[in-house]
Amino acid sequence: MNEKTRPAYVLGGNRIPFARSNGAYAKASNQDMLTTVLDGVVTNHALDGERLGEVAAGAVLKHARDINLTRESVLGTKLAPQTPAYDIGQACGTGLEATILVANKIALGQTDSAIAGGADTTSDAPISLNDDLREILLEANAARSTTDRIKALSKIRPGQIVPDFPRNAEPRTGLSMGGHTAVMAEDWGLEREEQDELSARSHQNLAAAYDRGFMDDLVSPYLGLERDGNLRPDSTVESLGKLRPVFGGENGTMTAGNSTPLSDGASAVLLGTEEWASAHGIEPLARFVDAEVAAVDFVGKKEGLLMAPAYAVPRMLERNGLTLQDFDLYEIHEAFAAQVLCTLKAWEDPVFCKQRLGLEAPLGEIDRAKLNVNGGSLGAGHPFAATGGRIVASLAKGLAERGEGRGLISVCAASGQGVVAILER
Amino acid sequence: MPEDLYSQIVNSRIGGLVAGNVGLPQPVELDRYEKGEPLIEGEVLLGAAPGGRLSGSIARVLAGAGASVRTELESEVRVAAGEAGLDAGIWNPDAGADTRFKALVFDATGISETAELHELWEFFQPTIRSVELSGRVIVFGSVPESCGSPREATAQRALEGFSRAVGKEVRKGATAQLVQVVRGAEGAIDSTLRFLLSPRSAYVSGQVARIVEPVAETPALDWDRPLSGKVALVTGASRGIGAAIADVLSRDGAHVVGLDVPALEHDLREVTGQIGGSVLALDITEDDAPARIADHLAEAHEGVDIVVHNAGVTRDKTLGRMDAERWDLLMDINLSAQERIDDGLLERQLIRPNGRLVGVSSISGIAGNAGQTNYSTSKAGVIGRVESMAGVVAGAGVTINAVAPGFIETAMTQAMPVPTREAGRRMNSMLQGGLPLDVAEAIAWFASPASAGVNGNVVRVCGQSLIGA
Repeated sequence: MNEKTRPAYVLGGNRIPFARSNGAYAKASNQDMLTTVLDGVVTNHALDGERLGEVAAGAVLKHARDINLTRESVLGTKLAPQTPAYDIGQACGTGLEATILVANKIALGQTDSAIAGGADTTSDAPISLNDDLREILLEANAARSTTDRIKALSKIRPGQIVPDFPRNAEPRTGLSMGGHTAVMAEDWGLEREEQDELSARSHQNLAAAYDRGFMDDLVSPYLGLERDGNLRPDSTVESLGKLRPVFGGENGTMTAGNSTPLSDGASAVLLGTEEWASAHGIEPLARFVDAEVAAVDFVGKKEGLLMAPAYAVPRMLERNGLTLQDFDLYEIHEAFAAQVLCTLKAWEDPVFCKQRLGLEAPLGEIDRAKLNVNGGSLGAGHPFAATGGRIVASLAKGLAERGEGRGLISVCAASGQGVVAILER
Repeated sequence: MPEDLYSQIVNSRIGGLVAGNVGLPQPVELDRYEKGEPLIEGEVLLGAAPGGRLSGSIARVLAGAGASVRTELESEVRVAAGEAGLDAGIWNPDAGADTRFKALVFDATGISETAELHELWEFFQPTIRSVELSGRVIVFGSVPESCGSPREATAQRALEGFSRAVGKEVRKGATAQLVQVVRGAEGAIDSTLRFLLSPRSAYVSGQVARIVEPVAETPALDWDRPLSGKVALVTGASRGIGAAIADVLSRDGAHVVGLDVPALEHDLREVTGQIGGSVLALDITEDDAPARIADHLAEAHEGVDIVVHNAGVTRDKTLGRMDAERWDLLMDINLSAQERIDDGLLERQLIRPNGRLVGVSSISGIAGNAGQTNYSTSKAGVIGRVESMAGVVAGAGVTINAVAPGFIETAMTQAMPVPTREAGRRMNSMLQGGLPLDVAEAIAWFASPASAGVNGNVVRVCGQSLIGA
């Protein structure tokens, strides 16, 4: 193992506009979308025929046939077919975890260049046979004689021809992501208005970022979409206030407006060493400094499902000798406005910080003006595995635009996990 | 156990419907403590007026009891909770969540002038209707006489009216109390907060408990057996409330020496036999009783930790028709004998450090009762003893307190004429009579080694009876 590490840099990013489920990308597969965004990186950085160190990507909702989704996608791009690739998965943390993996390999000297990415479609979602039918078909397939095969197939009953649709629910609790977050919102005493405010700002910031051309080299139009299909630039607290609650019952505070919709899309981020970048005429956007992943016990109800980033960030801060206020930009994934607000309140709360985090004093407040300044998932939508790449590229470019600074990324994930990272320019 | 037929009827489905429709009182079945149960089942909401001095201690007790607590975010009380090791949840009055609370606990020691009494409204107005059945409202304040300024003393005295009125409003078996804590005794609230929060205080409401400078250091306690290793003398232990006291003290870990007159020795043995206690059969009015009691405790137990003067009789007659014997005998049993017994024990230094003297007064001693001039006099005398002796015994590391039972369901109350009995049962905030157990639980609170700061209290176990209130 190389004993000396070297800095890994975020060099660029590309994504397609995110579409709402069964919208513009209703017919696009994960492989279609991932291939497109990888090719966008190739085009943006003139990497035609280049053999990269590797490509790591994933999809949360994945067809059984997509065993090598990423490698198959790479083979469809203008990258050299000799570029290795592999799939990874960590729910909504997939994109950021892919970035961490390749950044670590670069830092260790195992590779000089890599792409991290992710794609997800909730329109072209895998539907599976129900287990009863699947067992009969497996038995028929294993049968040695036609008679046995017919015997096996004769067991099929009409009730078994009901497919299993993928569900947005936690297998161990049966509660949906929104249901879990509604519990968190109630636990933390969230009000409706603060969630709608965060959502309105997400839309407004994203629209402003498009308007000023910030997205021009981050987003490539696809299948007729030029901007994210979910984006409502005229969103206000008043307009969002009219929506009725969808999670947490009649008196719930969570609506379709302050929760991310099911979405389709893909993203990719190019990383490499300074030398590799310079040899390819690319100016690095930001340095990948550190990352941390935490998980919480949401099954035993000891913690809210999406509270893991609240644990991951302080561990990473301590290791880097930083305070929560030592950042110029914050990118907190807005799975739900409630997730962001619960996290921020937790960091300000003396009880949470002392009892759960074991800190002497609360981490404190962040300057909200530095939060998701170029829009967040509430505005853009959230194709699960594609969100990490969107955030890394957007933050890296935001830091490059400033010329210097430090940015914090926080992404919550299903099954009680949280993936966080620091970028610096 | 005598039965409260009315309660049974209104707690049936049809009976409840009828009683509700015609506006009859609807008593609920009160939560009562059973061994091994948690201190409190349900959410506790903790709040404080700014500048209070008790939030940290309250939070420490709640954390130690494993209670599920909520506080407002961004509040002084939350900082105190964090420091005290209390993993409190959050409550936001503006979020509209319909959280129900088993207890509302408020530190009002920060209220230093009357305008700040608004803090009571601020905390309780949005929450008071969220209190569950057999819920608890506990306000902590300062002792007015020890306040720094007349304005502070006035505001602190005002808390008493608030807690008593809340007691009458909450209903549904819920109770409300004020706990006054002198400056410096913040660390001595544990046993009192625990008692008032728990189902042990089922029939105690509208009371003011006062916590003063502790007479001894509080040892580490097993809260399930706080009296472990203690010896308790209980007079009149053969029946009714006395038997319940013996049971509860034994449940809490004490060895009980049951005392009653020789004529009741058989009953007494039945009580002590079940709890592994011992028997002292003698008449406390005999001249040699104090010496014999002291000798017994010295020989068998090398002293005593808890003395409960429960023995008492009624000899009812209106004063004009009362003969001298009714007066003299009652006064001797109910009051004078216990003075002689205590004096005997104190003189021989048989009451061990952090010891307890507990008297049993009565609502009749507070309000007076027609036909009971003798009884009321004796029971007021018990209060007098608490007041006059608290300072005296404190020097020996001993506390003295008394309970004042209201309508308790015993053979004695069962023998009352129906109208009197029904009036006694319903004319209180619980709309029912208490049980001997309820009186015993309050005595066990006084007896706890952690109650070293509970001295000079007379606490009524009366369901906040309207009589004498």
